[in-house]
Amino acid sequence: MSVKMLTYTNQNTPIHRLTGASKLLFFVLWALTAMIIYDTRCLLAMFVIAVVIFAVSRVPFKQYSFVLYLILIFFGLNQIAIFLFSPLYGVELYGTRHDIVHLFAWYTLTWEQLFYQFNVALKYAVVVPIGLLFLLVTDPSEFAASLNRIGVSYKVAYSVAIALRYIPDIQQDFQNISFSAQARGIDISRKEKFGKRLKNVVSILLPLILTSVERIEKISTAMELRGFGRGKKRTWYRARPLRKGDYIAIAMILIITVACLVITFADGSRFYNIFK
Amino acid sequence: MERIWQMYRDIPEGSGHVAAIEGRTGMKKPVIEFQNFSFQYRAQSEPTLHEVNLTIYEGEKVLIVGPSGSGKSTLAHCINGLIPFMYEGERSGTLRIAGETISDQGITLLSDEVGTVMQDPDGQFVGLTVAEDIAFKLENDAVPQADMIKRVFEAADTVEFTDFLEASPHSLSGGQKQKTTLAGVLVSDADILLFDEPLASLDPHTGQMTVELIDRIHRETGKTIVIIEHRLEEVLERPVDRVIVVNEGRIVGDMTPDELLCTDLLRTTGIREPLYLNALHYAGCKITAAMQPGHIDSIQLDNCIQPLQQWYNCVHQDELPVSEHPVLEVEHVSFGYEAGKPILHDVSFQIGKGEIVCIAGRNGAGKSTISKLICGFYRPSAGRIVFNGRDLSGDTIKERAEHIGFVMQNPNHMLSKPLLYDEVALGLRTRGVHEDTIRERVHEVLKVCGLYPFRSWPISALSYGQKKRVTIASILVLEPEIMILDEPTAGQDFRHYNEMMEFLNQLNRQGMTIIMITHDMHLMMEYGQRAVVMADGKKIADDCPSRVLVQPDTIAAANLKQTSLHALAVKSGVGEPNEFVGRFIAYDRGLRHP
Amino acid sequence: MAGSSGLSVKTIVAIGIGSALFVILGRFASIPSFIPNTNIEVTYALLALFALLYGPWAGLLIGLIGHTLKDAIFYGQPWFSWIIASGIFGLIVGLLTRRIRIADGEFGGMEMLRFNLAQLIANVVSWLVVAPVLDILIYSEPANKVFVQGVGAAISNTLTVAVVGTLLAIAYSKTRTKRGSLSREA
Repeated sequence: MSVKMLTYTNQNTPIHRLTGASKLLFFVLWALTAMIIYDTRCLLAMFVIAVVIFAVSRVPFKQYSFVLYLILIFFGLNQIAIFLFSPLYGVELYGTRHDIVHLFAWYTLTWEQLFYQFNVALKYAVVVPIGLLFLLVTDPSEFAASLNRIGVSYKVAYSVAIALRYIPDIQQDFQNISFSAQARGIDISRKEKFGKRLKNVVSILLPLILTSVERIEKISTAMELRGFGRGKKRTWYRARPLRKGDYIAIAMILIITVACLVITFADGSRFYNIFK
Repeated sequence: MERIWQMYRDIPEGSGHVAAIEGRTGMKKPVIEFQNFSFQYRAQSEPTLHEVNLTIYEGEKVLIVGPSGSGKSTLAHCINGLIPFMYEGERSGTLRIAGETISDQGITLLSDEVGTVMQDPDGQFVGLTVAEDIAFKLENDAVPQADMIKRVFEAADTVEFTDFLEASPHSLSGGQKQKTTLAGVLVSDADILLFDEPLASLDPHTGQMTVELIDRIHRETGKTIVIIEHRLEEVLERPVDRVIVVNEGRIVGDMTPDELLCTDLLRTTGIREPLYLNALHYAGCKITAAMQPGHIDSIQLDNCIQPLQQWYNCVHQDELPVSEHPVLEVEHVSFGYEAGKPILHDVSFQIGKGEIVCIAGRNGAGKSTISKLICGFYRPSAGRIVFNGRDLSGDTIKERAEHIGFVMQNPNHMLSKPLLYDEVALGLRTRGVHEDTIRERVHEVLKVCGLYPFRSWPISALSYGQKKRVTIASILVLEPEIMILDEPTAGQDFRHYNEMMEFLNQLNRQGMTIIMITHDMHLMMEYGQRAVVMADGKKIADDCPSRVLVQPDTIAAANLKQTSLHALAVKSGVGEPNEFVGRFIAYDRGLRHP
Repeated sequence: MAGSSGLSVKTIVAIGIGSALFVILGRFASIPSFIPNTNIEVTYALLALFALLYGPWAGLLIGLIGHTLKDAIFYGQPWFSWIIASGIFGLIVGLLTRRIRIADGEFGGMEMLRFNLAQLIANVVSWLVVAPVLDILIYSEPANKVFVQGVGAAISNTLTVAVVGTLLAIAYSKTRTKRGSLSREA
């Protein structure tokens, strides 16, 4: 069960050199902007910027290729689902109707629908590279400190650090537990019938949860013994001061965000309408 | 030092130890003082500590020993403040740490005085890298970053671990994680260092390194050191000032190692005595404090050589019968979790029917991987595994489990039902066995495992050792021909070790073939009929334990260590050292299984 | 209720470990169903149990952190509307089960009913209101699509939590029974 995950590798590029805090801020604002706007011009511009940034980071393709395939499948299914459920949603949104071809039953392909789904695709294409990049170029060690810096309470930030620290351990536990369960004939794979599978899941989850509860006791004891939570503030070994590159990145994302919002909402609608 | 022992010996028995210690340590001030201290956990009906009186002085190095459940861990929890701040209960008497009464201090304030290194290396390694984990206490104290980086480096330097500052915990061994934890405690300037079973999860070599490291820190920093352990011989590798013996919640001994080792306190409290003393006892020697029995290097053997020689001449090393019929054959097996990173390389060995075989090797040598391949959790990339002459490669995990049972190290990973009976019945139920047959077979197995009186108990009410037995029972009920046990005795004290191993030995005598993955040298010596030693994914030795455990190359490659029996033979000049170890093992087994 | 900055160390650790469990179970123990992009998620049984054990703040944060990490690490793309819905789910279960003292082994018929009522309400709010509404607001997806997905998720999650979650809670509460009442049988 060796499953690939997106993992950080240290490279020396302008993107890697940014502090975690500015990467996080960039990612959050970028994703929020891309979520809100539906303006095709802005999305296209953002897509170009995303591709440029991705290229600058020089992350090797094989580090994320496996995720890209997953994303494409998910994305394809979602596009099909949108069309199947609402073939004329684009018509509704843009207020005009230009048929291309009648398919079957009540399914007619329209330019409006095509354009709407193109925009949905574009929104993905804008967020995915930056999302991937954020994970690939951010040192997990720096992550908690960054969260804390952009205003999240240090305790919650440390929860995230603990999650990152113990994911491999828990995966190991899960593997051991499911191996020993399988040896006793407890199967949760597709070979087993659905109802039985649910029941068998409990037989695997219970030891996992009980060992995790025990683990929580141990870790929190160790943390208490080393003075966690004593002060209102805490410092971070991995925190880094902001440098020139960081200010440039932050300025850039602020400009992009403001510009996109202004352009998009100048006409009072999230949507850029090419049909009127 | 010599003069001190001399002085000490002149003190008549029964005179106050405190007076002696004050003399020795030059009127140092007490840093831990228990006075008529009792403690009872909220959930328990009996107190765990009764009327404890114990004073530990600044700069002392004290070892606290006792069997599981004796209250020694509770004592530790009182010192580092987990009691009363984490574990509630009723206290009486007084406890002062660094002059302050304990109820005045919060646990975080106390953490400035007492640094704790716990048993579980993963639970306390909370950082994503070594450096961050060492810095953890400083981060919480809001120490400025520049200062922090300097202090982290210094602490890492003290434990000689600066090359690993960027390493993640998943790439470290148990010993390396412990070094990190130790540095994380040293970084904070706490004057008392408390080690709660620091050797529990370490192999013999790493254990020895840890004991040496603790000793060096004690000498260099002069901090007060309190070690809680039941592996007495290993801690006594380096001098300690006093040993405190705890049993049933009371302090039953408070003396120097030399004094302790000539009493029968170890036997009555169930703590394993050092091997060299074991041998001397077998030879009928009387041990006195004057002989300085605290360490194999210091012990004076003048009066022992003759009886030891006589004993040696009478004992014969018996050749173990080699089983004719291999039940399991591992043939040229190679394996790696990732391409290009082989874990096992061309490993071959055989297991004979009815044998007890130990598989030993340091962390990452591939010993656990072998067992996972045998059980079918992973598939070998080359080679094959043959069971009773049949290639297993087509068999699923479940099919293999009919013949080969696997008991994990951590019983909690296997226990998935709240009730004991259901747990043991689980494997049969998933195989669709009739409920009447299940009842019959479960009851039979529970009787074999000594669990029958508990059959309607919830598992949570059982002790760790009993839980371990339940997992063995739940495998045994499937009637396998081979059982593989991963560290069957890890974390158990001498009494539970004996109980567990006698139980497995009994199963073996009824015909069960047993494979144990272990680095417990006592286990190999006392019960292993053969030891297969792995290093760097290759098999480097395959012989009877008495021969494996004396080969310097093998010992070093597998992170084992030379036993003190070897040193005893050299020092006394009795017999050839390897032969001496072999005869000791033969004699010892003769006593166990006449 | 204490604010998030007043969380105890144990709750902080429970959030971290709970999130790690959410990630692992979300990846390895989810069973595909017939509705696109929707799985039978065993994780929600875990989330409901942790909300019951460690309270509403833990429920909220495990939902948010766990779901974000799962999406990010395995799919490279956090889907915010459903992440927020997961958080709300944990929060509601935690709030509505605050008076069940499961740590003392208390989980009988009444508690079981209350737990399931809580998870039903939480599922309805999260998957029939929060997730689809956010999908429409954030992603401008067609309403009928997101509501069908929401209904699918609500039904499958409610059933999963009712079966797996309840069994886990019962089993957990049984591990908390005290010694003393037990005697050996011959």
